[in-house]
Amino acid sequence: MAPIAEWLFFFLIFPGLVFSVLLGLVLVWVDRKVTALVQWRVGPPLSQPFWDVLKLLGKEVIVPAQAWAGGFLGLPFVGLAAGALAATFVWIAATGLAASPGGDLLVVVYLLVIPTLAVILGGAASGNPLGAVGSSRDMKLMLAYELPFVIALLVAVFQKHEIDGESVRAGTLSLSGLVDFQRDVGSVLLRPSGAIAFLVALLCAHAKLGFVPFDLAEAECEIGEGALLEYSGSVLGLFKITQAVLLATLPVLLVTVFWGGLAAFTVLGVLAFVGKIVLILVLFVLIKNTNPRVRIDQAMKFFWGPMTVLALIALLLAHLGF
Amino acid sequence: MTSSTPLLVRALKKSPWVFHVGTSGCNNCDIEIADCLTPRFDVERFGIKLVGSPRHADVMLITGPVSQACREPLQQAWLEMPRPRAAVMIGACACSMGAYKDAYSVAGPPDKVLLEVDPDAKYIYVPGCPPKPETIVMGVVKLLGAL
Repeated sequence: MAPIAEWLFFFLIFPGLVFSVLLGLVLVWVDRKVTALVQWRVGPPLSQPFWDVLKLLGKEVIVPAQAWAGGFLGLPFVGLAAGALAATFVWIAATGLAASPGGDLLVVVYLLVIPTLAVILGGAASGNPLGAVGSSRDMKLMLAYELPFVIALLVAVFQKHEIDGESVRAGTLSLSGLVDFQRDVGSVLLRPSGAIAFLVALLCAHAKLGFVPFDLAEAECEIGEGALLEYSGSVLGLFKITQAVLLATLPVLLVTVFWGGLAAFTVLGVLAFVGKIVLILVLFVLIKNTNPRVRIDQAMKFFWGPMTVLALIALLLAHLGF
Repeated sequence: MTSSTPLLVRALKKSPWVFHVGTSGCNNCDIEIADCLTPRFDVERFGIKLVGSPRHADVMLITGPVSQACREPLQQAWLEMPRPRAAVMIGACACSMGAYKDAYSVAGPPDKVLLEVDPDAKYIYVPGCPPKPETIVMGVVKLLGAL
């Protein structure tokens, strides 16, 4: 196949749009089912997220009179496209489907910002005051978690290892490079610096997904779903799909950067890879179900205070070779 | 913009998202609605989810008689719901005004108030003072069966 056709296939079918949407919806079910089990309920069937999205895609779309229609209707597509592209890069590197282009760690960090930006701008474009409150909270939260998130990811790049008395570092911003390096020296996660950075990145990814202690941007009981308040029908469905795609991307990004990705294409290797993803997902769900929502000032203090300090300590430890 | 294909109707029956409007009732029916969401009844098994915005909802749960002050907000919230949409009148007051019949401060039962702005409004009555959670779940199921 010509490279361009190959990359189109990667983006549109596997592991991009179609695959990440389907997998994401399954992971949404895992999230809802585990939540139900934690709360001693039965929970929804596996088909539930698919019916939800199907229903939303079939419903009427209402554009509020005071909204900027172009942005209101266009931004969900931008968010979904960026999410699917991020999923493509992360999954290609994690599974070793193709050689990832250099610098894709940075590209993925930028791409993962765009779905959140789409929600922020969409909420602002809806012209609803509560939507504006949700947008402003989401923006502040994003400013708060991006800094420790990027520092934590850099720990994997700078971590010093000893091979035959020689000190080596990954020293690459390519996700495939990080996976290959970890195949040689072991997972980043197993060192103290890597463990701290993983913890920080996990909590930042949690906030990125908008899960409960950090769901103040769409607090449904105080500002009625926040930025998504005015969205209805298929455009709301697109935002739900984008959230599912992010759910299928962020745990895999964490596994790729800190936990060696798909180490070997054997039955055991694939099982371990899936197990790691599910473990991270269950960690997300447990954090989500055992914590009450924080205020925006508390969230910003948490990320710019303890989380950034921890990430910097991890970076220092990584530089010193721990 | 709405097409009621069989697949959409099936999807709607599998995931009715409800929005709750209390139109100045005594709060008893509202508590029974909250009961439906507890682990004991667990309506998420049927895909029923409480949402915070009428724009996301398929079914509106209305409790209480409609007071003069609540009339316009109720009509506005109803028109904000995307089609196809339906309502469930929960409790004696929402069905037939109950103890508030002929009171000076009420604008009428919710079905009359909804019909003023939307003659095609679909709704179902769940009587009781307050109705049991089982009755409310059965009401929603019957409404979905009638779509």
